[in-house]
Amino acid sequence: MFARLKTAQPDSVENTLRLLDKKDDRRDRGGPAQPMLIVRDMKKHFDIGRQSFGGPRSTVRAVDGVSFEVGKGETLGIVGESGCGKSTTARLLMHLIEPDAGSVIFDGDEVAGVRGISVRDLRLNMQMVFQDSYASLNPRLTIADSIAFGPSVAGLATGAARARALSLLRMVGMDPAVFAQRYPHELSGGQRQRVNIARALAMGPRLLILDESVSALDKSVEAQVLNLLRKLKRDLGLTYIFISHDLNVVQYISDRVLVMYLGQVVESGPVDSIYGATRHPYTAALLSSRPSMNPDHRVSKPPLSGDPPNPINPPSGCRFRTRCPKAQEKCAQQMPALTAAPEEATHLAACHFPLTPADALQAAAVRVYA
Amino acid sequence: MSSTPTSLPTPAPLIAAAFRRPSRGFWHTVGTRLRRDPVTLTCAGILLVIITAALAAPWLGLDDPFKMSMVRRLKPFGYQGHILGTDELGRDMLSRLIYGGRLSLFMGFMPVILATLIGGVLGIVAGYVGGRWNMIIMRLIDVFYAFPSVLLAVAISGALGAGLLNSIVSLTLVFIPPIARIAESVTTQVRGQDFVEAARATGASTWRIIRGHVFSNVIGPILVYASSLISVSIVIASGLSFLGLGVSPPNAEWGLMLNTLRQAIYVSPLIAILPGVMIFVTSMCFNLMSDGLRSAMDIKA
Amino acid sequence: MLRYVIHRIFYTLPIAIGVSLVCFALVHLAPGDPLSAILPENASPQIIAEIRAAYGLDKPLPVQYVIWLGKVLTGDLGASIKTGQPVLREIIPAVGNSLILAAAAICLAFAAGSVLGGVAGYTRNRVLDRVVTSTAITGVSLPHYWVGMVLIVLFSVELGWLPASGMGGGNWQNMILPTITLAVIPAGIIARSVRASVIEIRKQEFVQTLYAKGLDGRRVLQHVAKNVAPTVMAVMGLQFAQMLGGSILVETVFAWPGTGFLLNAAIFTRDLPILQGTILVLAMIFVAMNLLVDILQMFVDPRVKRS
Repeated sequence: MFARLKTAQPDSVENTLRLLDKKDDRRDRGGPAQPMLIVRDMKKHFDIGRQSFGGPRSTVRAVDGVSFEVGKGETLGIVGESGCGKSTTARLLMHLIEPDAGSVIFDGDEVAGVRGISVRDLRLNMQMVFQDSYASLNPRLTIADSIAFGPSVAGLATGAARARALSLLRMVGMDPAVFAQRYPHELSGGQRQRVNIARALAMGPRLLILDESVSALDKSVEAQVLNLLRKLKRDLGLTYIFISHDLNVVQYISDRVLVMYLGQVVESGPVDSIYGATRHPYTAALLSSRPSMNPDHRVSKPPLSGDPPNPINPPSGCRFRTRCPKAQEKCAQQMPALTAAPEEATHLAACHFPLTPADALQAAAVRVYA
Repeated sequence: MSSTPTSLPTPAPLIAAAFRRPSRGFWHTVGTRLRRDPVTLTCAGILLVIITAALAAPWLGLDDPFKMSMVRRLKPFGYQGHILGTDELGRDMLSRLIYGGRLSLFMGFMPVILATLIGGVLGIVAGYVGGRWNMIIMRLIDVFYAFPSVLLAVAISGALGAGLLNSIVSLTLVFIPPIARIAESVTTQVRGQDFVEAARATGASTWRIIRGHVFSNVIGPILVYASSLISVSIVIASGLSFLGLGVSPPNAEWGLMLNTLRQAIYVSPLIAILPGVMIFVTSMCFNLMSDGLRSAMDIKA
Repeated sequence: MLRYVIHRIFYTLPIAIGVSLVCFALVHLAPGDPLSAILPENASPQIIAEIRAAYGLDKPLPVQYVIWLGKVLTGDLGASIKTGQPVLREIIPAVGNSLILAAAAICLAFAAGSVLGGVAGYTRNRVLDRVVTSTAITGVSLPHYWVGMVLIVLFSVELGWLPASGMGGGNWQNMILPTITLAVIPAGIIARSVRASVIEIRKQEFVQTLYAKGLDGRRVLQHVAKNVAPTVMAVMGLQFAQMLGGSILVETVFAWPGTGFLLNAAIFTRDLPILQGTILVLAMIFVAMNLLVDILQMFVDPRVKRS
């Protein structure tokens, strides 16, 4: 299990610590051009109709054909409303739930494939930071023990695992002498989230999934944690998938952005392109729903009309059409495929009538961060 | 924010020192709260006396609990050195009460201990694994839960026959379902929390996760419930003996003594009810302590 | 709503079958040959084999179970070894007697328990609260068969007011002591439950709203009572069923000719058909009571209807 790391350096305290201090290129198998993660047509359906008498069996299509790529060293932001399937996608990538269909390719190796990388080895390369900072820590363990759990499971001796936990605490900006023996309820939300990050990094991953990791924090604390994340990414050569419903935060931290709606990807591309030259009506509506920082620029009409449709019975064709101001007949008949923008090949949108730059200028997208 | 990672390896002594600081963990807090509760302390004291007396019985210089005397039957308190009088066969009451405590307490404790082990394992496994296995296990448990407790105890004892071992077996079977239910319910709750997901994300085996994360969180409620069963167990165990299904004469056991002294209530009522006083006091103390434990564990962390 | 009822019935069915299995197995659990009680001494192996065949004991166990189940469903529970009477005929009057006692006891327990618990929960009087809680805990810790003995000592032996045992041919005075004895534990449980419920309901904001709306104390009490009712009903139902099953101890003390008394006698005469039949009937009543309580909950607690 730890074999891949063990061949790189022997199992000693000094060496495990040195591993965390710099980017380790020895684990890079595919080379810089190979995307860190390729997801192809991922699907996950949940049955919710019970087998009691009467009542049809209905299915929630939580994730319905999601495909994307994450390049090495970049941050991919995933945005969408609650219930669009972001968290389910994260758990599918981590193999905490089994996908019904689709494949995941990590650094050129197919996950759980015949000749690819096993799920166990995947855990050493990809980890996740959860949203609820309190519920993600065992209330009965000290935070040092929580952090040391993963490495000791993977085969590290107790002393080495503990040493690693302490150095990780230092790395996320918490003095081990003060914090190592504390319990989760003795920490603030921001501190707990740092511990969660340390815990995720304890396994030595190259890709980190952050599922709404800063959503529950106060703004000032959120800024600190975001800066910590950026610094860690630089120092350790990490790749991030950053899931959030907060569009400003995503804009700040991401290199590329994915927009999801009802279990599908509706738009993806470089962050500047998505935010500046939006092509999908849903993304435009999301962006314009952000309250403006400019008091002269008040938003009077809600950008989106109607309720989000039932995930059990999504509309035919384009799922967004029931709320889309530009919906036409074709939208009800045919599901749109992801098509590239004329001026930017990596900017994809799933819309029959994507917005043009002229439309984008009219939308009241206010840039908060310069 | 001192975030520059150090390249210096931390010396082992410092690591050990960092881990040796006194913890303000959960059980430590519970212990402190318990120590401050007067009711719990009083009950603990009473029980300590009873249990110590029962354990040390052979060395307390008591009269022989089996020595009968046809002449001295049902004598009142204080008669010729018998502090609590004599029973219907002339045996010293005090001695029989203390010796009786050994069997009664044993019959009270063992089933609960065994049931906690078996029922706890069943419940935790069912709760963690979930899905179909959970349903199967819990349905099986429900079948036994569908019997009233005393009836089930009597039925199994009646079928197996009288005796100490059979009583323990039947009481254990009676207590396994409720403990399993509690264990399953708490485990399911804990299982749904994110830190268990995070532990699964490290690739730990099921056993490792249960041992490291689930167990420490579910053992509390299970123990509280089990402790509340001790008093019930003592009462029902004595009840079985009262019906003649537990230990048999001439052994001393509180329930059995109540049975044999039944005819004596017309002659020496005070003596006849003495064993019941012991059962009551013991049971009440365990109940109060169990309540105290529950309050102490009700910490809003 | 009907779906919920059907669903509960379907859920109960496998449990009922399981219960019958356990009852069936009990007899075969017993050490010694079930036939030993009725076999004559020095019976030759041939006669033993014939009798076995006559009772169907030579067939494999699952087949025996099915045959037994078939008989049970038609009301044939076998015949008592001791008296030779059909088991059902002996059980039914016993069940009746037990029911009378249990019904009286549950009424007493409910009255005492809800008054005590309600008062303790409602008037946040420290002293009263402690008294009630202590009484409730005492009630739960008491071995009720001992209480019966104590009451007999007090009221029969010392004071000579009330009869000590037996049904007395329908004399109501005979019922007083057994009823009180049987009611002690459930009263404690009901008192605790009512107290906890009342405290929790009063804490909720809607009670404050009712006061703010100007309702007087009595009307608020009605509202609170309506919310406490489902829990109390559930507890009562369960306690009633437990009483039926657990009455053996009290009935033995008072020589009350109910199911418990019957069970006791059957154990000592090794009258297995009676033993089996009584346990089966009592267990089924318990299962049915649970089902009833569940269904009644649906009517009383609107939250249950929607699930």
